[in-house]
Amino acid sequence: MKGKGNAIAVREPPAAPATELTRELVAHFRGKKDFLRQQWVEQMTAKSFLAGLTPKETETESITIYDTCVGCLERGEYRAAQSYATSMAERGVLRGMTTEQIIGGLLTLRDVYGRSLFHRYHREMARLSAALDIYEPVANKILSIVALAFIEEREKVVREEREKVVRQQQEAIRELSTPVLQVREHLLVLPIIGTLDSHRARLLTEQLLRSIRANRAKVVIMDITGVPNVDSKVANHLVQTVDACRLLGATVIVTGVAPEIAQTLTTIGVDLGRILTVCDLQGGIEEADRLLGYRVIVTESAGSPSPPAPALER
Amino acid sequence: MAADVRVPIESDADIVTARQQGRALAATVGFGNSELTLIATAISEVARNIVEHAGRGEVILSPTEANNSQGIVVVARDQGPGIPNIEQALRDGYSTRGSLGLGLPGARRLMDEFEIASKVGKGTTVTMKKWIHRNLTEFPLRPRR
Amino acid sequence: MQVPILKQGSYLIASVQAALTDADLLDLRDRLAVQVGVYRSRGVVVDVTVLDVMDSFATRMLRSIAQILRLRGAETVIVGMQPDVAFAMVQLGLRLEGVSTALDLEEGLELLRRREKGGSNHGR
Repeated sequence: MKGKGNAIAVREPPAAPATELTRELVAHFRGKKDFLRQQWVEQMTAKSFLAGLTPKETETESITIYDTCVGCLERGEYRAAQSYATSMAERGVLRGMTTEQIIGGLLTLRDVYGRSLFHRYHREMARLSAALDIYEPVANKILSIVALAFIEEREKVVREEREKVVRQQQEAIRELSTPVLQVREHLLVLPIIGTLDSHRARLLTEQLLRSIRANRAKVVIMDITGVPNVDSKVANHLVQTVDACRLLGATVIVTGVAPEIAQTLTTIGVDLGRILTVCDLQGGIEEADRLLGYRVIVTESAGSPSPPAPALER
Repeated sequence: MAADVRVPIESDADIVTARQQGRALAATVGFGNSELTLIATAISEVARNIVEHAGRGEVILSPTEANNSQGIVVVARDQGPGIPNIEQALRDGYSTRGSLGLGLPGARRLMDEFEIASKVGKGTTVTMKKWIHRNLTEFPLRPRR
Repeated sequence: MQVPILKQGSYLIASVQAALTDADLLDLRDRLAVQVGVYRSRGVVVDVTVLDVMDSFATRMLRSIAQILRLRGAETVIVGMQPDVAFAMVQLGLRLEGVSTALDLEEGLELLRRREKGGSNHGR
């Protein structure tokens, strides 16, 4: 059968010059443009695919889509459709348009085109069949381009969202990992827990410096009980942090230097001579109180079953 | 992207201009506050090196980009006497003028990349770069294999 | 731009108003050295709140100011250093050994008063 042979030839036609029938179809769709486009818009409105679009947007979008589709049929190439689909997907996803709206709209257009072909050729079946052989692959190709563009856009948005969440979580973890606590007026405690690498030491120092300013701190206790190993590099970070705090007028007391760490530091020859160190956190707080001019006194509350509570006096 | 900025260095007042311009350019590139201070301080050191050793020269500031990250390039150039021993000049505490001797080695610590090219009698060019360290470069998101 | 020096009781306050050139710093050093004698001041506060860079030269000058003024009988306190500036300074390897520091002007004056009364030497 002749039609069949034609169909195979037309299914992969891109670069081939438009056949006489293709030219006829293009002319047909161009000639009936206003009528068919109007029909398409009405059907889409009925299915409420146009929710969220202004009449003006509907007008421009529908004209562009109509012309782009006819252009694809005419030229047998889809670059214009590809780029328009990508931009439509970007805008659509941003404005919260559903996939159903977009795909549904294009399926509607496909039907409108198809029906108008039936109308034109319903008296000559062979020609109708040949026309559909030309028209259908083009319509399907456009649909798949648009569907793919939408899926890609969705994935992109999801991926960006996920990366954003991960970034926020990393920020949060970092904040959590270096809490700066105000114990009393002018006194901050910074318990360092975990390994201290250059990056973390830097963040920690920046955060501590800002806290000193914000809280008007005069003494800072840096407790390193929770730092597993202190090599010369880590010690160097600590010394820098102490120096930076001092530039802002705050005194730093380092507490919790474990016996092995003290030994290591002495062996590798790190000079912590300029750093005020106290054995443990409790001792550190006592020293801080002394520096700040506080004195802890024990008040006797007669008849109270609970042990006397220490009170602070300045 | 912002354009290159060229600051002629002829006196100590130009050192201030160079670091202010550098800070401004780095801010448009997108550096955070504490990094802006590091960059401005490093520029101050290399510009002072020109004033002290060559008398005059120039500092050229330009935005740069590589591997998806943004950065700034600072080039400090003079036609002064040159540095006979670069290794020595980059050592902490080395100074020919009774200063702290922290200028060049200090600037190197503040930046991510640092290079010196010098010829005795011809002059010295210091090129240094700093990149914006995004959180993701510290903790890269790698696709699972 | 010349740094204004104000007299407040027995103290002098040098309040930096804008970025300093090397010449400005040298000028500040020389004027302070003279004025502590003129006003018989016991202490000097240098307020560096507005400085966004403290490089090796500025650090050397501040240290030298403190040493000179000590020989002239006055204590020096540097106040108002910004966190970012302090951070850059230690990265550069700079310290202000032998120079007192305080958070701001108020704390700086308070520190000088305590010193004079021979009280706690906190802040050293």
